[in-house]
Amino acid sequence: MFESILRIVALTRKELLAVLKDPRARFSLLLPPILQCLIFGYAASYDLNDVPYAVLDQDHSAASHDLLAGVDGSGVFHRVANLDSVEDLKTCINESRALLVIQIGQDFERQLQSGRPANIQVIADGRNSNTAGTANLYVGTVVNAFNAKWRSSHGQPGLTVQMVSRAWYNPNLETRWAMIPSLIGTLTMMQTLVLTAMSVAREREQGTFDQLLVTPFHPVEIMVGKALPCMLIGAVMATNILLVAWLWFRIPFAGSVLTLYCGLILFLLAAVGIGLSVSSIAATMQQALLYSFLVMIPFMLLSGLTTPVSSMPMSVQYFTLINPLRYAIEIAQRVYLEGAGLDRLIPDLWPMAIIAAVTLSAASWMFRHRLE
Amino acid sequence: MVRDPSSIAMGVVLPVMLILLFGYGLSLDVKNVKVAIVLEAPSPDVTELVSGFQLSPYFDAQFMTSMPRARKLMLDREVDGIVLVRSDVARNMELDDAQMQVVVNGTDANHARIVQGYAQGAIGQWAARRAAEGHAVNIGPVTVEERLWFNEANDSHYFLVPGLIVLVMTLIGAFLTAMVMAREWERGTLEALFVTPVRVDEILLGKIIPYFAQGMIGLVLCLLAAKFLFHVPIRGSVWLLAATSMLYLLVALSIGLVISSLTKSQFVASQITLLVTFLPAMMLSGFLFDIRSMPTAVRLLTYALPARYYVALLQTLFLAGDVWGVVLPNAAVLAGIAFALLLLARLVTQKKLA
Repeated sequence: MFESILRIVALTRKELLAVLKDPRARFSLLLPPILQCLIFGYAASYDLNDVPYAVLDQDHSAASHDLLAGVDGSGVFHRVANLDSVEDLKTCINESRALLVIQIGQDFERQLQSGRPANIQVIADGRNSNTAGTANLYVGTVVNAFNAKWRSSHGQPGLTVQMVSRAWYNPNLETRWAMIPSLIGTLTMMQTLVLTAMSVAREREQGTFDQLLVTPFHPVEIMVGKALPCMLIGAVMATNILLVAWLWFRIPFAGSVLTLYCGLILFLLAAVGIGLSVSSIAATMQQALLYSFLVMIPFMLLSGLTTPVSSMPMSVQYFTLINPLRYAIEIAQRVYLEGAGLDRLIPDLWPMAIIAAVTLSAASWMFRHRLE
Repeated sequence: MVRDPSSIAMGVVLPVMLILLFGYGLSLDVKNVKVAIVLEAPSPDVTELVSGFQLSPYFDAQFMTSMPRARKLMLDREVDGIVLVRSDVARNMELDDAQMQVVVNGTDANHARIVQGYAQGAIGQWAARRAAEGHAVNIGPVTVEERLWFNEANDSHYFLVPGLIVLVMTLIGAFLTAMVMAREWERGTLEALFVTPVRVDEILLGKIIPYFAQGMIGLVLCLLAAKFLFHVPIRGSVWLLAATSMLYLLVALSIGLVISSLTKSQFVASQITLLVTFLPAMMLSGFLFDIRSMPTAVRLLTYALPARYYVALLQTLFLAGDVWGVVLPNAAVLAGIAFALLLLARLVTQKKLA
């Protein structure tokens, strides 16, 4: 037993050396995740803070100016053009000069004065319908504020219900707050999986795998020796991203670090298990890379990172049940933002444990199968 | 190439897989959001107020009378939002001071914001219904009529499917080329080719053509899927679409060539290609996230990304039509980048010969 541990330690050391001795590989392991984290932290956001819009004001009244002043003053919109005709409106949207055009008809103020509802039109560029939808929501907020002001200054009777909205865990609804904790899972998985798949494939391609086999190592020891260094590197990477989230982006960490790492270890086991399974199929490094890529993409796209799982069709949602990244992202977000403890994470933890157990035993079977 | 099944897998399986994933898996459309509706004092008035949630296809509502229970459901992620109607709401309605609280789980901020919007809409419906029944209701003097051009049905596939083409072209063009060429460098087979009388241009051309063909096959697959599987309209000219795609494919191929001859290692080449082509194409090209809302430094960075111009072209050619004001400048930039990168690829490859 003790000897076995010694052998595994030796192999781990050798693996770490093999990966880290090449300065280019060292660079490509450490720097990209941090860079990606920074870039995506700033770029990957569904929030809008600079919406170019144009105005087609056919009323030119005090009321319409008042409403538009509210839009200008919201801090989200900036006016790029005052249009004169519906023709202009078309080209303005077609050529993407403005994301939306607010059109105010000529009887806007008259309608308001007479107590009838006054209509404004918002024409949005639906080429990215999500962005357009978000911009529309912002317009809605501005109009609501205008309505409230108008009501209080003109004292109109009638029933009203106002909506008061609060968001838990992310009070300003910033996409970044959700995105960066998810990157802890995504980037770590991307690198760990590729690294594991490549480490076996490299030895196979260079013929050193056969040399490894004639050593006194047991196949399981070889596997553990391959898995451990990759998990270590994965853990370091996850820590880096966590630090960027915490210290650079200053997203408050609500949960406990210990809980997060419990989840992380299970997740790394699952990722390494998948990587080892991939590498046992692949004969060359190129195949290992391509196959791990083919596995990574569905995992990434169906993880809830960019689009919510609950919006997917039912059959696809069933597929996400075997996706370790889906659980990892949920755990990262829940621990980081919600401060969830282990007891509330159990529904996410056990599927990951099963995935890890299945892939690791499959990989170890394949290992022995190929060797003996 | 034909002998190695993995590169066929990349060329054919990958586009098909991406098409299916994007078409069926990805969606930003909100539906069946689980909400807990807490009515502290159920009464016909109040029930009517929240009936909008029950009827709406966006919500999957369950009713309860206690807030602690709803909190518990929210903590366990059984629901994504809580609508709280306090017991005094009916009285306050007369006083113009009634409130309905909506609590959303902000962990998925985009989702949460859409849910808030729909909740506001449900209140609006209630008010409209009351007004139609002859009650005095304050809908708010100004109402907004929203129109979404190019995507009237507000279907997120309309912009996800064009984005998919960008990803497929990037993967086949840059990733596959970089991998294969890096392997040739690694194994020295390229040097072996160099000592033959074949000229560098001919070697490069010979390497580019098969991947170019694969990329075009991927494009055709994507276009067919877009039209017949997902019913995304193609409002511009298909020829223009094909021409601009060829330009982008040339750009991607040259990036792959440059990276592979600079790194000469499969692992490093694949990591760098991923970093400079695939991930930016997904996150920074404007296909998912709006470029205008990015901080200035990142926005300036996107100008260096070929994918940015291609996304603008595709979204316009698919959904808006042949808008020359968008097509010409973007295509011109792409052509310029393609030309420069091809020259660079040739230069880098030549240097290694000497």
